[in-house]
Amino acid sequence: MNKEEEIQQELINNFNFPEGSIRIPKERRIFVDVSMDKFEDVLKFLMDKTHFDTLCTITGLDDGTELGVIYHLTRQDGIVINVKTSVSKDNPVIKTIMGYFPSAEFYERELVDLLGAKVEGLPEGSRYPLPDGWPDGQYPLRKDWMSSSLVKEGQ
Amino acid sequence: MEKIVIPIGPQHPALKEPESFRVILEGEKIVGVSLRLGYNHRGIEKACEERTYVQDLYLIERVCGICSHSHSTCFIQAVEEIAGIEVPKRALYLRTLVGELERIHSHLLWLGVAGHEIGFDTLFMYSWRDREIIMDILADLTGNRVNYGINAYGGVKRDVSKEHLQKILKAMDTLEERTKYYVKVATEEITLIKRLSGVGRLTKADVEALDAVGPVARASGVDRDVRRDDPYAAYGEVEFKVITVDNEDVYGRTLVRVGELMESYSIIRQVINNLPDGPINVRVPRKIPAGEAFSRYEAPRGEDVHYVKANGSDKPERVKLRAPTLANIKPMLKMLENYNLADLPIIIAAIDPCFSCTDRTISIKKLDTGSSEIMDWKSLRQYSIDWYRRKGIKF
Repeated sequence: MNKEEEIQQELINNFNFPEGSIRIPKERRIFVDVSMDKFEDVLKFLMDKTHFDTLCTITGLDDGTELGVIYHLTRQDGIVINVKTSVSKDNPVIKTIMGYFPSAEFYERELVDLLGAKVEGLPEGSRYPLPDGWPDGQYPLRKDWMSSSLVKEGQ
Repeated sequence: MEKIVIPIGPQHPALKEPESFRVILEGEKIVGVSLRLGYNHRGIEKACEERTYVQDLYLIERVCGICSHSHSTCFIQAVEEIAGIEVPKRALYLRTLVGELERIHSHLLWLGVAGHEIGFDTLFMYSWRDREIIMDILADLTGNRVNYGINAYGGVKRDVSKEHLQKILKAMDTLEERTKYYVKVATEEITLIKRLSGVGRLTKADVEALDAVGPVARASGVDRDVRRDDPYAAYGEVEFKVITVDNEDVYGRTLVRVGELMESYSIIRQVINNLPDGPINVRVPRKIPAGEAFSRYEAPRGEDVHYVKANGSDKPERVKLRAPTLANIKPMLKMLENYNLADLPIIIAAIDPCFSCTDRTISIKKLDTGSSEIMDWKSLRQYSIDWYRRKGIKF
């Protein structure tokens, strides 16, 4: 068993992952789908037990009715684990992970500005990356948003 | 003592790119800094979703003018992985060659900027003179000084000739000789050492807590380099040292970059001496099958990461990129704490910031007509004149 499969096995042993929710597409890459209620426990487990101690970035995705959030974590030996969780787009509330990774701040602000996520626990601060006068409710990386959306608003 | 808040930027004579600092001072001492980014946000991620993979490659290369090959290679690797393409070895070697040439010109550029920020303009002129050697090679090899456009899905666009390779090897000898002089300057020139030592301190623990990347991390003793840890292109087949020092300051960041220059010369020699024969590209279909990939690249400024999701069409579903400077912003704010205002320029310069990369992603042109149109240079200029006139500024 190689290192990637060991990590996969450890996750299955501890969290009861259904078949197919952990994928190893190539050497040093693992993709995991996690439900929101288990996410924090899985994150803590990956940090403490498997030493994924560096956050590369966070990707937000518009998945139709859901908002997908992928946390890309890595560690010294170059393995990257991509932990994906989802929330409903009607009420896209996620919790900040700044308590675990202070570096998450700018990545989480991007989720707020570009995809309209609500990040609980994210400290007050200037927005990123859109300008201060940007209209409310306009989230450029949502699929229903077009470059022409602003024009219709008469901005 | 009363605290004073000084706004610096977004447009400021001392800054080369738009960013806005609010520096809180107690006397000369910086006790707090807050930063506003986003002034260079161009909507590239959204634009990628609206364009084909072929168009995106050109667009992604323009995320940054210095490390353009880094972004284009990082992106293309992700797409090729999703499409299941095996890139010919010769192409991987050529990507590595251009990647290291880019690192050399970027580090020489940095050395000049750092010299300039501490009033050592001779160093600036020397290192930028030497950088021209690389720029000429890149122009010769790819047709362009920047935005080389060497990558194509499935490989590279242009092959190199024996004459090219001889020329590059000769240039490496010249540059190695010059860089030995910079090493001497960096290790023996007392004013430079005194000016940079102990400035902009970032401990190893800070690097680990704040996830700093690249030379900034390596100058604080953190042994982290994607080229070795997660090899791509031809890096699995060349030997090089990952330069780390324990100085934890601006001086350490200088030593790391100068040391990396020497390693790059060695990597380029190995690439040229072991360059495999064979094709330089394979055909890749225009439509990319559904899938996702996460790609990493050690850019001159540190780890660059791209995530690409494909949906089976000729346009990507999602492109996410994080340039190294964004990862080094929080560490940079930490470095500034408790130093004098006079240290601010060199501390900021020492992360080798690239705000163009950082703010890669929307700016929508306001249109009065209600329909989408492209503004030409003349109307854009008129728009800005009218905009200022409305504000009561005449010129």
